[in-house]
Amino acid sequence: MIATLGRAATTFGRFWWDFLIGDTPEVFVGALALVGIALGLRHDHLADVVLVPVATVLLLALSTYRGRKRH
Amino acid sequence: MTSAVLLALAVFGASAVEMVEALTIVLAAGVTRGWRSALEGSAVALAVLVVLVGAVGVPLVHLVPIAVLRVVIGALLLVLGLSWLRKAILRASGHKALHDEDAIYERTVGELADGSAARPKRDPVGFAVAFKGVFLEGMEVVLIVLSLGASDHRLGLAAVTALAAIVIVGGIGALLARQLSEVPENAMKLTVGVMLTSFGVFWVGEGSGVNWPGKDLAILVLVALFFAMAGAGTVLMRRVGTANAPARLAAPALSEEAGR
Repeated sequence: MIATLGRAATTFGRFWWDFLIGDTPEVFVGALALVGIALGLRHDHLADVVLVPVATVLLLALSTYRGRKRH
Repeated sequence: MTSAVLLALAVFGASAVEMVEALTIVLAAGVTRGWRSALEGSAVALAVLVVLVGAVGVPLVHLVPIAVLRVVIGALLLVLGLSWLRKAILRASGHKALHDEDAIYERTVGELADGSAARPKRDPVGFAVAFKGVFLEGMEVVLIVLSLGASDHRLGLAAVTALAAIVIVGGIGALLARQLSEVPENAMKLTVGVMLTSFGVFWVGEGSGVNWPGKDLAILVLVALFFAMAGAGTVLMRRVGTANAPARLAAPALSEEAGR
């Protein structure tokens, strides 16, 4: 019973690790940073509206470039 | 209204992409181990996924404050959307091999075939392989349904759209059987990646208290922005190349794109 629960927990944990981090940890860290930017700038309407999409584009560019170097 | 249409399109596209991948495994299990077990395994996996949407989604919508939900779900959509977008750009630019359904089908058939002609009516291996294929691919659909549905309080619309995609793609896939490789999966993945990323940025902003100019219409602007960036990124990545990914690798990706 305990072994089965342990296996289920391991499978569950591995699924989330692969889903959130996998081979692109920069995307996970970057998404957290974007949330931080959005929350930090919530009183500066214009900065938030412009900066969050621009930072997302930069994150995409960085992550794609990293993918290129590894393949 | 705008966000409802975009939500339905994003859920439909994501479900269709995952369904193509699941169908490849189910077809391989059905051909090699018998259709009864493969179909039973798929049906049980679908039932478990539907229960998951109800069991997790409904409490999520009713118990978690909407602003918190939108920030968390927005971040989740960003991770998922950017990962899909990145992968689609790398594949379209030739830096990563395209998802080959034919190769996956052949490999799965090779692994499952044991050479014996006689099969029991219920084959546990066929059941398990089909269940696992549908369940694992479906989990991503469940996450997208829960994310988009819960953050916009449109869980029902998201769930029904996903089921419609599964039925339509499943039906077409069953008719086409071995021609799943003809599906422009990378173009679909890029489109869904753009939409998930756009929703992610939008919900993170909404949850943080941003008043987007034009309200829901801002999603369309974000979609246009990320489409433009994905296109530019693909062109740039084709030009840069690497020592391990010379220009000739771009050929299959370009031919796939021409077929869109």
